[in-house]
Order: sequence, then structure tokens, then C-alpha cells
Amino acid sequence: MPSNLITAENLAAGYREKTVWRDANFSFGRGEFIAVIGPNGAGKTTLFRLLLGLQQPTGGSLKIFDAPPRRGNPQIGYVPQRHVIDSDTNVECLELVRLGLSGKKWGFNPFSHKENDAALAALQSVGADELAHSSLGVLSGGELQRIFLAEALVSKPDILLLDEPLSNLDLRRETDLLHLVNDVVRSRDVTALLIAHNINPLLPHLDKVMYVANGKVAVGKPSEVLTSESLTALYGVQVEVLRDPHGNVAIIGVEEHHGDMV
Amino acid sequence: MTINFNLYADFLQMWHYQFMQHAFEAGTIIAIVAGITGYFVVLRRSAFVAHAFSEIGFAGAAGAVLIGIAPIFGLLMGSILGGLAIAALGRRVTNRDTQIGIVLAFTLGLGLLFINVYTGYATEAYSILFGEILGISSSNVLLTLSFGLVILIAIAAIYRPLLFASLDEEVAEAKGMPMAFLGTVFMLLVAVAVSISVQIVGVLLIFSLMVTPAATAQYLARRPQQVIIISVIIALIATWSGLFIAFYTPYPVSFFITTISFTFYLLVRFVYPRIRPNKAPPSNINSNGAIKTNE
Repeated sequence: MPSNLITAENLAAGYREKTVWRDANFSFGRGEFIAVIGPNGAGKTTLFRLLLGLQQPTGGSLKIFDAPPRRGNPQIGYVPQRHVIDSDTNVECLELVRLGLSGKKWGFNPFSHKENDAALAALQSVGADELAHSSLGVLSGGELQRIFLAEALVSKPDILLLDEPLSNLDLRRETDLLHLVNDVVRSRDVTALLIAHNINPLLPHLDKVMYVANGKVAVGKPSEVLTSESLTALYGVQVEVLRDPHGNVAIIGVEEHHGDMV
Repeated sequence: MTINFNLYADFLQMWHYQFMQHAFEAGTIIAIVAGITGYFVVLRRSAFVAHAFSEIGFAGAAGAVLIGIAPIFGLLMGSILGGLAIAALGRRVTNRDTQIGIVLAFTLGLGLLFINVYTGYATEAYSILFGEILGISSSNVLLTLSFGLVILIAIAAIYRPLLFASLDEEVAEAKGMPMAFLGTVFMLLVAVAVSISVQIVGVLLIFSLMVTPAATAQYLARRPQQVIIISVIIALIATWSGLFIAFYTPYPVSFFITTISFTFYLLVRFVYPRIRPNKAPPSNINSNGAIKTNE
């Protein structure tokens, strides 16, 4: 088993003729928690699409367990970016989690006890076992994110891709969810990539940061990437990284004289 | 027809007529098929697409009448072609209300032209638009049974992947589900289900069997299989009661089916929440509003 789960060499991504970002080099090992940060449209979700095999790289190579990404890889658990679940969706949470485990099975057959138990265990692992029989449509944003996380974890993946799970959450629920993801990463040795706009709540948990901006990608420890030098090189304009006494960062574009708070 | 207000005697009197037997046989098959297919239509928010099928089918049915073949074949042809076209445009077409509205208005106009050119009776157009139980022959019942069985077998075969793709499209796609295949098969199944349902309720009242029972059932259960069973029961009650009442009154059967179906919806939507046992929903929200964790 290779030590690196995900390896990219000179990776480039884009659509048709347009390159979104290029020359990305990184490797992520087992049990790492990585934040993927950058402005809207920088290509963060594109990275997830590459890893999921939904899109092909436009250059370089990307490997998961030494093999190119493929659609339907059971080693990956995915929580896509979702804004809302319609309040009319009266389907119990347990059903969604069970489908996350065996939704690909053809035919009309009831879920087995084994599938049921696995789904309940996944819900329990995210502290949402009491929501098993609740309707998806009535859940709060924080509760929904837990259900989606359980759906992603139920097949026991090695890699977890979380696309903006913190959007629409208040500060309390944001902190709760991040603690939960961190627990999952540490206890299950899962490698988690989490797309977010605000890096500050993530900083206490992170092993690495992937900063995507201006068609380029910077990857490393937070202390290496979140520096004025690193981000100035990335953005191509003078950028200053300010830190408060608690370690929170603010990123300021100096020449433009307006802040780009991340 | 005189009603005796003796349910058994009245039923026997009605059952004496072969056209009513055919109507009940076809109606039963249609209620089962529409109740099941309707659940996925509601879950996938494809109600407007289903309505579009029926109106595209209308043009096909009117065209069939014009050239002298049974309207059901024109309906099937029209709605299947419409289904393939919509499936080819992709799942996100369900959100393109404007484009679908434009196409269905055009096809309705086309159907009107066919009916206008047709020199026979205007009742043909009326029966396609609003349903006509009197015209269901034994061969129509057999045809309905054959298509009904095909739809039920196909839905049983793709049940779980279709449920997954309908409920959580993005995760299903990432898990490698054949989304285009599922979307196309589902659209074809809806097209055929709409075509056979039109015999009873007509093009314009298709929602009463395809949408209302499933939407009503969703308020009564959270497990898809339970919702489907309740949806079928509501569709069956609406169809059987509608046929029975219409037999003893001078009013059209589709009016009674839509009214019974709608009454179920109103009762479940507004009366049921007041009378159901007051079960507190399970919650993992603690007293200060945060979600309990395992820490």
C-alpha cells in the first residue's frame, strides 16, 4: 500500500480550451485533513471532479492509490455542495444513508439487516442516530450536513471530499461540524479534503492547506502557505497576511486597498 | 340508471355492463401504474414534464384519429418521442419550465389542427382531452395490461438506483450510476404510463392519477415503499369510486376521479396534521440549541 493516497504531478484542470489552473504538485497521505481555499470560480470543485473521475485532467497526472481516478470509486466518500433540501422531501434520513451504501444494487429488494445496521452505525458515528427516522425536509442545515456525512462514511471510504459543508451554518454548528470531521479523520485514518471560504475556523484542525487562485495552486502546511510571500506569488499582486493574537488570519490585497478576507 | 343505495346491489347492476368491467379492469391497472410511477415523478420534481408528455401525446392521438388508427397508438408514439427528446436534453431539463411550456403549447396547437382537419366527430378530441371510459374495449384492456406489466417490471428492475438518483443526483453520479440511462428509461416509462392513463382521465387531468396520489402519500409516510403503497391505494380508491359514482350520475368519470383525488390531498394536507397522534419528532438538538455529539 503506497504511503500517499493522492498524488498530483504538474496537474492542470479546465474545460475544453480553458485552463482553470495548472502546474499543481501535491501528495496527501492517509489521515490528513486538508482545506481547499480560494475565491469563487478558482477551480476548487473542479479538483473534486477530477478526483471523482467525473472530469479528466487537461495536463499532468493525478493518481489515487497509484491508479488514475475513476468514476464510482468506493474508496471516496463525497458530500457535494448543496444549498437546501426542499421541505417537501419527506424521506427518512436512514433511507438516504442506506442508499449511500447500496444504492447501486439493481432490482427491487428490501435492505438487508447488514445494510440497515451499517447505515445506523454511520448515523451514530456522526451523532445523528436519533434523526434516523426523521424526514430530510425538516432538518436544519447542521443536521443535514451530518446526514450527508453519514451517507459519505457508510461505505467506509479512505478519502472524504466535502464541498463547502460549512455554508449556511451558523458559527456554533460550523464549529460542531469541524470537530466532527476532525474526529472522523483522526479516528478512522481518513484523508479529508474540505472546500471552504473562511479558513479561520479550520486552522486548529488542519494538516495542510491547498490555496487555489489566479490559475495556480499552492499546497503545504498552513504556516507555509498562509504567508505574505506565498500568497503574493500565488495572486501575482502584493498580498499581506495579518494574524491576530489567536492565530486567525486576514488576507489583504495591498495594491488594491481592499481586503479579501478568507 | 337508478341507484338503490344498496352498495352490493348497485355494484352488481353496474358490473352487469361489459364496458364497466373493461373500465374497472383498465382503471385498476392504470391506478397501480400511475400510483407507482407518480412517486418518482413527484420525487424528481418532474410533474410539469409528465404534463408535457400528455400534451405532446395529444398531438399524436389527434394525428392517429386523423389517419384512422386507434388514438392510444398515437399517444404512445407522441409521448415516447417527447420522452426521448426530453431525456436527451438531460435531467436538468426538468427545470426548463419555459422551454417545455413553449413546446407543449405548440404540440397542443398541432393536435387542435389535426382534430380540426378531421371530419369525424368532435367527441374524439373531447375523449382524448378528458378521458372516455365507454370506449375501452377488451383489446384496450389487454394492451393496457401489457404496457402496465412492462412498466412495473422495469421499475422493479431499476428501483433502487432510480430512487438513489432521484433523491441524491450528485452523489449517485459520483458513485458511477448510469445517470443518462436511468433518466432515459424513467422518461420512457412515464411516457407510456401517461399514455395508458389518458384513456381514463384524459390528457388534461393526468395529474389526478400521476401526481396527486403520490404527493398526498408523501405526507403520510417517510419510507419510499410505504409511500408507493399508499399512493397506489389512493389512486385505486379514486378510480374505483369515480367509475362507480359516474355510472349512476350524468357527469364525467374524470371529474369524480380528480375530485376524490383532490379531496384526499386536502384531507391529508390540512386535516390529518390536526388529528394525527402527537408524536414529538426525534431530535438530537440539546437544550441550548446545539447538536449533540459523541464527544
